[in-house]
Amino acid sequence: MSKEIDSVPNMLISVGLTACTINFLGGKICYDCLDTTKFLRWKLLMLPYIICTFFFTFCILVGALMCYSMRNELEESLFQGLCDAMRYYKDTDMPGRCYIKRTMDMLQMQFQCCGNGGYRDWFHIQWISNRYLDMTNSEVVDRLQSNVEGKYLIDGVPFSCCNIQSPRPCIQHLITNNSAHYNYDYQTEELNLNRKGCRHALLDHYTDIMQSIGLIVLTIWLFEVSVLTGVRYLQTAMENVLRLGDPDSESDGWILENSLADTARYNFKIIKNLGKCYQVDDDPNIDVPSTSQRPHENVLAS
Amino acid sequence: MALLKLKFPFQKRVRLAQGLWLLSWVAVFSGAITFAVGVFLKTELHRRSEVMHNMDIHIVPNLLMAVGLASVGINICAGKVCQDSLDPSRFPRWKTFLPPFFCMSVFLASLLLVAMILSYALQPSLEESLKIGLKNGIRFYKDTDTPGRCFQKETIDRLQTEFQCCGNTNFRDWFEVQWISNRYLDFTSKEVKDRVRSNVDGRYLLDGVPFSCCNPASPRPCIQYSLLDNAAHYNYEYQSEELNLHNRGCRQALVNYYMGLMNTIGPGVLSVFLLQMTVLVSLRYLQTSMEGVMGQENLEIETEGYILEKGVKETLLETKEKVMKIFEFAQVGDASATTPGADPEAAAAPGPATK
Repeated sequence: MSKEIDSVPNMLISVGLTACTINFLGGKICYDCLDTTKFLRWKLLMLPYIICTFFFTFCILVGALMCYSMRNELEESLFQGLCDAMRYYKDTDMPGRCYIKRTMDMLQMQFQCCGNGGYRDWFHIQWISNRYLDMTNSEVVDRLQSNVEGKYLIDGVPFSCCNIQSPRPCIQHLITNNSAHYNYDYQTEELNLNRKGCRHALLDHYTDIMQSIGLIVLTIWLFEVSVLTGVRYLQTAMENVLRLGDPDSESDGWILENSLADTARYNFKIIKNLGKCYQVDDDPNIDVPSTSQRPHENVLAS
Repeated sequence: MALLKLKFPFQKRVRLAQGLWLLSWVAVFSGAITFAVGVFLKTELHRRSEVMHNMDIHIVPNLLMAVGLASVGINICAGKVCQDSLDPSRFPRWKTFLPPFFCMSVFLASLLLVAMILSYALQPSLEESLKIGLKNGIRFYKDTDTPGRCFQKETIDRLQTEFQCCGNTNFRDWFEVQWISNRYLDFTSKEVKDRVRSNVDGRYLLDGVPFSCCNPASPRPCIQYSLLDNAAHYNYEYQSEELNLHNRGCRQALVNYYMGLMNTIGPGVLSVFLLQMTVLVSLRYLQTSMEGVMGQENLEIETEGYILEKGVKETLLETKEKVMKIFEFAQVGDASATTPGADPEAAAAPGPATK
């Protein structure tokens, strides 16, 4: 399996850890909000906190959606990985590849699958090492000479492809030769070997896991969105209360003071003018019209 | 002479009651755990019940489950008694209930020890049961078309794959049994006819094993047929080949597995037993020290607590007499109900019984 598919669990792990810290901080802020004096401590921090939480909630949503959309990458990755594993099956004497035979056998037995897409994948590769082939035997020499690359290809599969539920002892060699076995017809025989390909078996397994995780993460996302909305309302309401002066009075709370387009335009102007601020000379005799006007500065400071 | 007498001032009584209340709830929890462990052991034994000949070993998890449940009840009672013990108006109602309660609790707690001893003592029985069960499984491996035996092949294959074992004692057990059904043997072939004729029972025996005996950790593709024929395979010597098939027998593998489970459970059961006995002993001290306070005006006096009021021998004699009296009562009651004329005999009967 390649590295791209690792991004889903990595993202979920990092998101989970960040969620813990953010929500703990949020809880602390809300607890202090009930007391107007303590709220002043958090006043400057609240807007950055809300922006952070917004982006974080967005990441959660991306993580949840990725659980459902990464199926193709997963399949691609499994296809590549299984191809390589089957190719290195015979290399039990090479360091770095010596465990592939055992891994492949355990996989085929555990998931009750055979080969990449089916058992015929084993017919196209040499899975018996040359160390165990008698090169003086004419049959072996014939097979080796029968194909361009000089590989020993047979219509046989490893023992781990055998189906446990078969009523007859497993036939793993000369699978396509009906006359080699008594009372055997490979076209109608269904129970002898595992019919599913390992790619499909593993894909189903991981898709099941990711679907249930995706569902849980979507639920958490809904929860986070409601928390975010609540904190935003709390922040604006507390600020309006402070502006009114009387802690017990009724105040308004909102998500955005103006419409979405106006807020976007306004913030964009601020960012544009951040650069311009530093270009102004310090000479008090020059009257430079400043573009950030009075009425909006309170909201900015909050 | 009272057994293990201790003095209990008021504060010590109070602390004993509080500590015991806490301890009894811990013991409730451990009783629940004992029950869960019993259930787990039973399911594990049940999963492999197809290769076991008898169910003798099931007494161990059964005992654990029964005692676990009972100890939950016992310890809840003990907690209740503790709660009532410091209230002199509520404590007397437990008076008649407590002595038989203690007897029963000690008996049930000792069953835990019995379960632990049995888990080691029944090992030979388990081994024998597995030996017979596996022998049958291997014998009926080929009978996938006979109802009642058709699951044996799958059971044995799964067992050999999961526990990484082969055969009963080792892989040679497969050489003595015909594990390929006649349905798949070509009786017109010379080789088959030779093999069938070569032994008295007319069985098709070969030096081969099923695929489930193959060891996945072997560096070479599995050799399952012509195992004793070095010439049949290139670069192969069966005397020195170790990785090709699973080396150990399934009987040994299963016995090791179950003994491993019971060895892990053993210390836990022992500690539950000790906890339970601590609870019972403390409760007995609490009961006897509270009885000294009953009826007194000053509740804060110092009293004595003991395990038994008199020594062990005297208590046993007293209990025997009490039990005899209960029997007489029953006998006299029967006699007077059925034969009124037999009264003189009934009157004479208690005479020798009390001796």
